[in-house]
Amino acid sequence: MSSRGDMPAWADYVLLPLINLLLAFVLSGLVVLAIGEDPLRAMRILVEGAIGYPEAIAFTLYYATNFIFTGLAVALAFHAGLFNIGGEGQAYVAGLGVALVCLYLDFLPWPVIFVGAIALGMAFGAVWAAIPGWLQAKRGSHVVITTIMFNFIAAALMTYLLSNVMLEPGRGAPETRRFIANATLPTMQTMLGWIGIDAPRSPLNFAFFLALAAAFLVYVYIWRTRWGYALRVVGQNEQAARYAGIDPAKTIIVAMAISGALAGLMGVNEIMGAHQRLLVAFTGGFGFVGIAVALMGRNHPLGVCLAALLFGALYQGGAELAFEMRAISREMVVVIQGLIILFCGALENMFRPWIATLFARRKAA
Amino acid sequence: MDDFVQLVSLLASTVRLSIPLILCALAGLFAERAGVVDIGLEGKMLAAAFAAGTVAALSGSAWIGLLAAIVVAVAFSMIHAFACITHRGNQVVSGMALNVLAVGLTAVLAFAWFREGGQTPALSGAARFAPIVLPFAETIGQAPIIGPIYARLISGHNALVYLTVAIVPIVSFVIFKTRFGLRLRAVGENPHAVDTAGISVAWLRYRALICTGVLCGVAGSYLATAMASAFQREMTAGRGFLALAALIFGKWMPVPAVLACLLFAFADALQGRLQGVALPVVGVVPVQAIQALPYLLTVLLLAGFVGKAVAPKASGIPYAKEK
Repeated sequence: MSSRGDMPAWADYVLLPLINLLLAFVLSGLVVLAIGEDPLRAMRILVEGAIGYPEAIAFTLYYATNFIFTGLAVALAFHAGLFNIGGEGQAYVAGLGVALVCLYLDFLPWPVIFVGAIALGMAFGAVWAAIPGWLQAKRGSHVVITTIMFNFIAAALMTYLLSNVMLEPGRGAPETRRFIANATLPTMQTMLGWIGIDAPRSPLNFAFFLALAAAFLVYVYIWRTRWGYALRVVGQNEQAARYAGIDPAKTIIVAMAISGALAGLMGVNEIMGAHQRLLVAFTGGFGFVGIAVALMGRNHPLGVCLAALLFGALYQGGAELAFEMRAISREMVVVIQGLIILFCGALENMFRPWIATLFARRKAA
Repeated sequence: MDDFVQLVSLLASTVRLSIPLILCALAGLFAERAGVVDIGLEGKMLAAAFAAGTVAALSGSAWIGLLAAIVVAVAFSMIHAFACITHRGNQVVSGMALNVLAVGLTAVLAFAWFREGGQTPALSGAARFAPIVLPFAETIGQAPIIGPIYARLISGHNALVYLTVAIVPIVSFVIFKTRFGLRLRAVGENPHAVDTAGISVAWLRYRALICTGVLCGVAGSYLATAMASAFQREMTAGRGFLALAALIFGKWMPVPAVLACLLFAFADALQGRLQGVALPVVGVVPVQAIQALPYLLTVLLLAGFVGKAVAPKASGIPYAKEK
């Protein structure tokens, strides 16, 4: 990136992503046009459906919670030079960890269940990511392929467990029984009720605060600790890391484990918070959205939070859009997501030379 | 005798299930041998399946559907090329973007155009690739041993199956015996050397990705107009990734990759038959265990427990002239 020095930081971190984002939206508008609908009206419905009223905002924040977790997972691994595509599988298996505590240890007092379920969920996610990490560090197998494979293995494993072992008899779909109230996370409605605020019903729950805390801790970890420094050095240059006395293998495994634990927290939001039972395919592709979120957020926790909000709004607004405009299905959001990954990720440098020239010319004038 | 007929029909369904895998694995072979990682095979195949289903339904011809599928898959491939070769973008991210985009676009357009919940209309007649009965299948079919093999395993597939059987040696020939193939392999191992020899790295890689697109197009069209009788949402169901796994399994060589595809397809055909059947010693094997087998095998292989897989050296690294 020889041209990076030619432009101010704000252009690099704000202007360029915004241009790419705009392009993604313009192309999405063309898709809406191809369907024979009015893109501007679609945009209005999308925005109104996402932030137009309290319930919408609650749903937007609920989706954003998932995306903060999966986005942080991808971002953290990325700093170590690893591309973790396995958030989906890690969150899925983490859901199992959460459910085990909430189903079989629900006689324990609430604080124990609370800590235990989150801890076991994170641990399951961590293990599911650490194995590909170990395979990359010790056996040289590429983490991109192994994490994809682990997504499929997780799906098979969970389908087996849910339809054969943990199935609640009499249920129409493969899922466990509902957790008792004592083994769930309080909803935002309940929590705001404690301080006398009347909030709308939504799946938004305590996990939202966990997400904000996780973002802060990831920031501290990456930029304010010795381990975070080691992680970044390994990501930049493994050779240099080895000379500096850092063990790249250990760093890679730990980075993947933390990444998996973060993705696992998405399972906490969904299983302990929103659904309050373990069900099949609850991850709903949110693990993949994390990739777009991390790319948009430039792998910085603050950026990840903002990008997660954007995607949360897209998901909630998209649901509303599918409801209001009958010709448009929910997957419109997936189209936008794909275009964002394309422009903010793979083609992020398309406009760079262009803008760099623009700034260079201004400086010369 | 009955067991034998059972076995033959199991093998026949193995062949049918292996076709999209084989085509996709060969597609991936072109890309990765030229030094471009392509995890977007799944998306290209899905977009192609949608194009085939749509155009076949509108035109009433499976062949025109095939053409449309190839055009769409090549277009997707060119986006990948533009991002990875021209702009030196992250190849994994680009492939991922195409996968996500294909899932979204096909669902949105199918829903909007046909209003059937994300499917294309059911195809029949000339809009599908029908089984072809080879000559004398009737008469030879009566013979013992050879009869069932000829009538069920060799005869009775559709045109795309036979096309794929022909494509395998052609790809092998192109990669290993032609000048284009030699340069393609060279550009995947050492692009600098190719550049020094005065050959355009970018143009070579673009051509490799065109081949990738064509093969993904055929694979997608097979799914929508031969195996099934319409495009269905996310009908590729991970086959693109499985093909990628087969490619690694086959160490980036055409014939071993095809054999890996056949192995995966056999596992797939087997799990359909093993549902609820108790086997000697192990008892009833969960279907999911067999479904997960190809993925587990791939992980074990990648870890070097089944033999080391070495990727083309320059694979995944964008080429920059000035370096």
